Amino acid sequence: MSGPSTYVPKSAFGRWLESRLPIISLVHGSFIAFPVPRNLNYWWTFGAILSFMLVSQIVTGIVLTMHYTPEATMAFNSVEHIMRDVNFGWLVRYVHSNGSSMFFIAVYIHMFRGLYYGSYKAPREVLWILGVIIYLLMMATAFMGYVLPWGQLSFWGATVITSLFTAIPIFGNAIAMWLWGGYAIGNPTLNRFFSLHYLLPFMIAGVVVLHVWALHVVGQNNPAGVEVKSVERDTLHFTPYATVKDAFALVCFLIFYAWFVFYIPNYLGEADNYIKANPLQTPARIVPEWYLLPFYAILRAIPNKLLGVVALFGAIAVLAFLPWLDTSRVKSARFRPAYRVFFWLFVASCIGLGYLGSQEPTGVYVVAARILGFYYFAFFLVVMPLLGLFETPKPVPSSIADSVLGKGGSASAMSAGTAAGPQTKG
Amino acid sequence: MVRIKTLSLALALAAASFSLDLTAHAQNSTETPVPARQSWSFAGPFGTYDSAQLQRGFKVFREVCSNCHQASMLAFRDLADPEGPGFSEAQVKTLAASYQVHDLDDAGQPVDRPGQPSDIFPWNYPNEAAAAATLGKSPPDMSFLAKARGIEVGFPRFIFDALPIPGGMYQEDGPDYIYALLNGYTKPDDRNWTLYFPGNHIAMASPLDQIIDPQTNKLLDDKFYTDGTPVTREQVARDVTSFLMWMSEPELETRKKVGFRVMAFLIVFAGLLYGVKKRVWSDVHGGAAGAEG
Repeated sequence: MSGPSTYVPKSAFGRWLESRLPIISLVHGSFIAFPVPRNLNYWWTFGAILSFMLVSQIVTGIVLTMHYTPEATMAFNSVEHIMRDVNFGWLVRYVHSNGSSMFFIAVYIHMFRGLYYGSYKAPREVLWILGVIIYLLMMATAFMGYVLPWGQLSFWGATVITSLFTAIPIFGNAIAMWLWGGYAIGNPTLNRFFSLHYLLPFMIAGVVVLHVWALHVVGQNNPAGVEVKSVERDTLHFTPYATVKDAFALVCFLIFYAWFVFYIPNYLGEADNYIKANPLQTPARIVPEWYLLPFYAILRAIPNKLLGVVALFGAIAVLAFLPWLDTSRVKSARFRPAYRVFFWLFVASCIGLGYLGSQEPTGVYVVAARILGFYYFAFFLVVMPLLGLFETPKPVPSSIADSVLGKGGSASAMSAGTAAGPQTKG
Repeated sequence: MVRIKTLSLALALAAASFSLDLTAHAQNSTETPVPARQSWSFAGPFGTYDSAQLQRGFKVFREVCSNCHQASMLAFRDLADPEGPGFSEAQVKTLAASYQVHDLDDAGQPVDRPGQPSDIFPWNYPNEAAAAATLGKSPPDMSFLAKARGIEVGFPRFIFDALPIPGGMYQEDGPDYIYALLNGYTKPDDRNWTLYFPGNHIAMASPLDQIIDPQTNKLLDDKFYTDGTPVTREQVARDVTSFLMWMSEPELETRKKVGFRVMAFLIVFAGLLYGVKKRVWSDVHGGAAGAEG
């Protein structure tokens, strides 16, 4: 799918370099001449947004590291020192702390888009699994980053999450103590989390390279869910078409991001985390960051600790098996009316679990978390395998060009295509 | 299809009735009332601190709060912040010099010397354990207090609090809570009882009693405020809370000013990019097929 590289070096130096390290033609083939389906909608701009977020988090993180002190008695104050005494330290810190939330907002949209349009199906299984690995690394990175300010929720959140490992039979306690570097969360834990929080983003960057590589081998999925048949008719050059669209979407996303950074910077955080960590005082309410709440709700919905932990990790692991759990031959939900209903119910159940994760696990909340948690797993393990066998999909357009230009395909495919592309000038 | 629709409708109804249950449950579990929202000068996208108010608040902090509380991030020089209390350099120097600060001399011996603008505002206690030994409990550090307190607003209000709509964009739950707490000492015979503290019993006896007599409601110092501002419990609570907010977020005014410029830039930039995008894509649909034909 990586189209033939049309790059021809013009200068003598270009020819010299090309015959030794063809990096310019690699970039040209990947980001300029790379063919993208012409019917992509704005949900496909989140890959570019996520790339930006990764770079932004790494850059702001490196600057923060220059002023931060990873030591249990000084960490909390060093963050406040950044906010007060470092020039524009408040900006760097709020961009970074809100950046993690923005990163997750973008990644959840990216993932739900993949779910809706069947982007995990052949030939994109490896691409999808690499994405699941990135997501897992992101969660680990974000969790350890949240520990670094060493506030009450940093400390107690870390206590709750690392204690999950004690649920493992026989070795549980030993593993937890090994993670802590002591008998409880303390300075050694903070030190190693800081080290790993600096390491993991670069591992994410490495897997992102593989993710993009895999993408450039199989090509992008698209709202019609049909593969590219003719590069000329079905695709456009990445530059300028996708570049300018991604740039516009990115700036719109930055407006949203800046709103949080400048006007409501602590909205997504918890007030308790501005209280210095105190091992002797448990906060009234321990909640993880919002992006982990659905999994937290699943964990607490199950009365048995070990089974709860298994369900928590299972909820993430199940994503990796998606390409083989979905039996439908049609990719896009646009042509799968029944799947659409179950998909939106799934989105609703994720949001519902997120809300329940932020509430006390008592009474009706636990029952609700059990129902929604059950649906979460049923969606993957029951609905996806069975629906492909029983559902009658709508007719799929014969090609991407047809879905956009309205030759053939069903009427509904037409109208759906209209919403996707700027067709008004047609 | 019909069955799927019926199923989804049933689920939706179940979810709806369920959320009603949840709301009822949440209301039952509330013990302390939700503090009322106040109008703060620093609220909203164009909010700024009122220097005169922060200077009054500092007086309350200095004469009442700082007897027990520390402010570990407050240096004297911070008080000269023009986007904060805005004291003059000379005032800050005089103020700092009026305090004795513990230090070590060249021989490593402990000495007391007059304070300098770069010194942290001194605390009456050497450490938290000493404060706890005297006061029963170590009082929280006031440097972060206004952003370290919040209010559980619940669904759906927490969503509106984020949105750029009238009544939205609300970030002042901490100050609301502190203001309500200071005015919540409603029992004349129990000055450690406040309406808004979880469990109601608080180690801090009504601090405003040191300014206004709770029995007679008379001022203990006729000239507490020198700028003509009336000395009422509400006013004093509002002033000191504003000062605490400034201590917690001294960058707030700069942040909102920079934010306005960033937003203006991004919105114009987005508009321009949209124009470019429209132009680049204008020949795509139909055009490309035409070129082929």
